Amino acid sequence: MLSVKNLAVSFQTRRGTVEAVRGISFDLAKGEILGIVGESGSGKSVTSYALMRILDAGGRIKAGEATYSGIDLRRVAERDMGDIRGREISMIFQNPRAALNPIRKVGHQIEDVLRRHARATRHDARAKAIKALEDVRINDAEARYDAYPFELSGGMCQRVVCAIALACDPRLLIADEPTTGLDITTQQAVMELVRDLIRARNMSSILITHDLGLAAQYCDRIMVMKDGLIVEQGDPARIFSDPQHSYTRKLVDATPRMGEGIRSLLPPEERKAELPHQVHDRPLLEVSNLTKTFKGMAGPVHAVRGISFSIRQGQSVGLVGESGCGKSTTSEILVRLMDATSGDIIFDGQDIAGIPAQGFARNPRRAEIQMVFQDATDSLNPRHTARQAIGEPLRRLGALRAAPLAARIEELATLVGLPLPLLDRFPHQLSGGQKARVGIARAVALEPKFLILDEPTAALDVSIQAVVLNLLVDLRAKLGMTYLFVSHDLHVVALLCDHVIVMRAGEIVEQGPVTRVMTDPQNAYTKALLAAAPKPPARRQLA
Amino acid sequence: MTDIPVKLTRTSGTLDHLIYVLRANPVTLLAFAMFAMIVLSAVFGPALVPYDPLQTDAKNALQAPSWAHWFGTDNVGRDVFSRVIVATRLDLAISVAAVALSFVLGSVLGATAGYWGGWLDIVLNRLLDTIMAFPLFVLAMGIVAALGNTIENIIYATAIINVPFYARLVRAEVNIRRNAGFVQAAKLTGNSDIRVLAMHIFPNALPPMMVQVSLNLGWAILNAAGLSFIGLGVRPPTPEWGIMVAEGANFIVSGEWWLAVFPGLWLMIAVFTFNLLGDGLRDIVDPRKRT
Repeated sequence: MLSVKNLAVSFQTRRGTVEAVRGISFDLAKGEILGIVGESGSGKSVTSYALMRILDAGGRIKAGEATYSGIDLRRVAERDMGDIRGREISMIFQNPRAALNPIRKVGHQIEDVLRRHARATRHDARAKAIKALEDVRINDAEARYDAYPFELSGGMCQRVVCAIALACDPRLLIADEPTTGLDITTQQAVMELVRDLIRARNMSSILITHDLGLAAQYCDRIMVMKDGLIVEQGDPARIFSDPQHSYTRKLVDATPRMGEGIRSLLPPEERKAELPHQVHDRPLLEVSNLTKTFKGMAGPVHAVRGISFSIRQGQSVGLVGESGCGKSTTSEILVRLMDATSGDIIFDGQDIAGIPAQGFARNPRRAEIQMVFQDATDSLNPRHTARQAIGEPLRRLGALRAAPLAARIEELATLVGLPLPLLDRFPHQLSGGQKARVGIARAVALEPKFLILDEPTAALDVSIQAVVLNLLVDLRAKLGMTYLFVSHDLHVVALLCDHVIVMRAGEIVEQGPVTRVMTDPQNAYTKALLAAAPKPPARRQLA
Repeated sequence: MTDIPVKLTRTSGTLDHLIYVLRANPVTLLAFAMFAMIVLSAVFGPALVPYDPLQTDAKNALQAPSWAHWFGTDNVGRDVFSRVIVATRLDLAISVAAVALSFVLGSVLGATAGYWGGWLDIVLNRLLDTIMAFPLFVLAMGIVAALGNTIENIIYATAIINVPFYARLVRAEVNIRRNAGFVQAAKLTGNSDIRVLAMHIFPNALPPMMVQVSLNLGWAILNAAGLSFIGLGVRPPTPEWGIMVAEGANFIVSGEWWLAVFPGLWLMIAVFTFNLLGDGLRDIVDPRKRT
């Protein structure tokens, strides 16, 4: 149905021409779901934009052919392309909130596409739009027709985007990272919905994702892209059991799965023995009845509703939950950036809940509690070089200057595996993995007793996630730190932690040793979380 | 590792970056060249001009431009070219001083309001709204008329009418960054609130501020010249563009156009230069432009 031959796309930028896609060929059969998997910069999204002819300014299809049911997508006139988009080929974008017009009712946005392709008249558009909403399993579609995007949750918005994409019965659906940024249970619901709709309508689909496990679960065939080239393609089970290309092997290894150690994320030649970390009996942190209530427009919002737990010295505890469960609020309170409404935090024998967050910067305890932030890009000052960022805690809290400061910065860079010449670069000149390393180096600069890791790998590619997680394991053993690892991903938590706390709606629903929670969850919510995670097919056995 | 390969060349320094920005954009280069000319004539002009700008010469009054008097002479025989060049120093000094004052004042007010918010923010905003509700030139006239007719008071008046622009800009830039990750991180590394604000947040507001500064320098020159034009502030016979235009305007009808046109032209060139300068200045202070 779709046939792509030697497609090449290039972008004109200030620093010359960038070859985003360098000659790829593939065919898509009717009814087939094709997964395109690759990390950032692999050209997977650009490929789909090129097919839809919606490349950004400066981008153009340099060579190759793309034929859809006999139509040459590269040469067809722009006016005809407008007819093809939406009716023949449609697309679901990564961020559903950004894909919807924030000031129009979602029902009207569905009508727009129906009217554009003359699938509805003024009289029956409303009924058809409601039907489209019902098709994507939105409850009470009548009422949702009048909702604005901001009134809906992320998962709901993505359903609306699906409804718009599918409203005119296209025969090819391109889904570009449709569930990135959604909660894991929502991801499962959206993916199953998309798959069922595609199967029911006998459509073809291209699923673009960075998650090999997700692609394996929902696709008939997987194509792995790297640097604008297809490095491998084949059946999902075969990709996992017998990857041919070294890059595919690396991706397969880096995909977290149950029951395997953290070192197994790395390529076999880089797996060193895991250094043991010592867990003492003495509690380092004891939290009791912690609550946080925000003043909201519509009455108080209870973000944290009286949680209690304790962390022993040297222990790594995972704090797991979906967005809005209060895990980030809890970590901000523990790191003393926010004051709790009530409750005690006994840190190393001292109650720190009573010390206002406002003046905690000058508290002697400041150096002992540190944090690695979720978004490495956002957490580095764009005007400071890596050297300045790592040096900041050493200057301010460690009172280091001149030569000892420079020596310590270089020591830290070496510790986190950041090449020394990169120290004089600004954040925008570093890659995602390098920025994560700078953030970690800054957090461990003063050898804190307690380190909070707030989804440190959420914004990273899986292969870099593998390296960063292993780095954290090494640092824990070398520096004897206690970790609180905040994450939405139980599998990642299981790799790193000894103990896990599951939060939902501001309360702890389950906590216990990680092996017990993973294998024998007691709470229904924990079970749902575990069941929602994509299950990658069996991996090749190491000889 | 998929990290990008490490280049062993040192990252470009400030000078390299400056040269890069100037080469990348010819308009910026032109603006900087004109700016350099204006600064040079402000610094060295009074020492280099061919005539004393205050020396009258009744025999040579109202001479058209010639090789001896490039811009002609005025009604009392003073050399217009010398007066135009000498006036650069005064006009530039007034505008730079006024802009510097409003930059500092506006930054402090805006940063405070944007970072702490609350009632402070509300009070400051209403205060700034009040200033902006006046026709700004009329407000400046009022201030100079009330405080007295001196150069300092022109500077204060120009500064006050420009403060709201800076304060609003800084407030917005600080406000969007006060909960950014790097701000939280700066608090964790032991920075007090004031340090976080001054050393981490405020520098990030500089790129848009630079555009504002350069546009504002143009406005400030116009404002100072305008006040002098209507007889406030600088008094004759001091060479100043606004006064020269005002005095020369009387002679345009009788055909002596050069008295008003040349100072007016210089005023225009100065404002034009500052307007062009903005984008270049922003590129220079923005580290993200360094590749």
